[in-house]
Amino acid sequence: MNEVLKYVYEVDGNDFMSAGVASADVKKNLKLLGFPGDVIKRVSIAMYEGEINMVIHANGGTATVEVCDDCITMVLADTGPGIADVELAMSEGYSTAPDRIRALGFGAGMGLPNMKKYCDEFRIETELGVGTTVFMKVCNT
Amino acid sequence: MRIRDVASVLDAEVLCRSDLLETEVKSACGSDMMSDVLAYVKDHAVLLTGLVNPQVVRTAEMMDMKCIVFVRGKNPSEQIITLAEEANIVILRSSYRMYTSCGRLYAAGLQNEGSDMV
Repeated sequence: MNEVLKYVYEVDGNDFMSAGVASADVKKNLKLLGFPGDVIKRVSIAMYEGEINMVIHANGGTATVEVCDDCITMVLADTGPGIADVELAMSEGYSTAPDRIRALGFGAGMGLPNMKKYCDEFRIETELGVGTTVFMKVCNT
Repeated sequence: MRIRDVASVLDAEVLCRSDLLETEVKSACGSDMMSDVLAYVKDHAVLLTGLVNPQVVRTAEMMDMKCIVFVRGKNPSEQIITLAEEANIVILRSSYRMYTSCGRLYAAGLQNEGSDMV
């Protein structure tokens, strides 16, 4: 595989129950492309956490995934409220998710730190009232 | 232990993918918080939970799990079962509560290898 494969997903922010469709598709494609299991798992978890975050906090957004032999990059962009304090948001256990989301099994404040843990590169760009973009890269080494 | 044995130990009903009951599993975890499963679980093959929504299957799928046990007799929807079928995940339903379910599996030998501490 010499060329870069690009996948773009619109994440529906109105349907929590269907969140994860994009992550499942990325996982399926990486399997078909023959990536190692540990790389696929890291990408899947990071992407799924990001997808869930977009649905919970930002009313959806766009996930763009680029795949080449050496790495997988994920860019999750939303036009939600933005993150007021990124450092605080990155701390384990901090969450602004409402109780209805906790009742569904999410919102424990582990999403962003978990995404960072599974990625080789991780960066957040955010502006209040404008939106948030999360850049993630997992290397195939 | 095979998934078939997990079902037997938990007196569980098999709700989908009975063709995969011979699959070997060596570890398990129990949680109603999918955030914690995604953050703390390592290579566990069986997820016991009392939470019933499609994201349970999505979480198990991302974690490469082989089997979900709905404890406390929880009844998953057709949507959940269809998702699990597509993801090659066996779904079991047990009437035992979480604590008892975990205890029965542990006593039967499904003890996670190595350190299971966070």
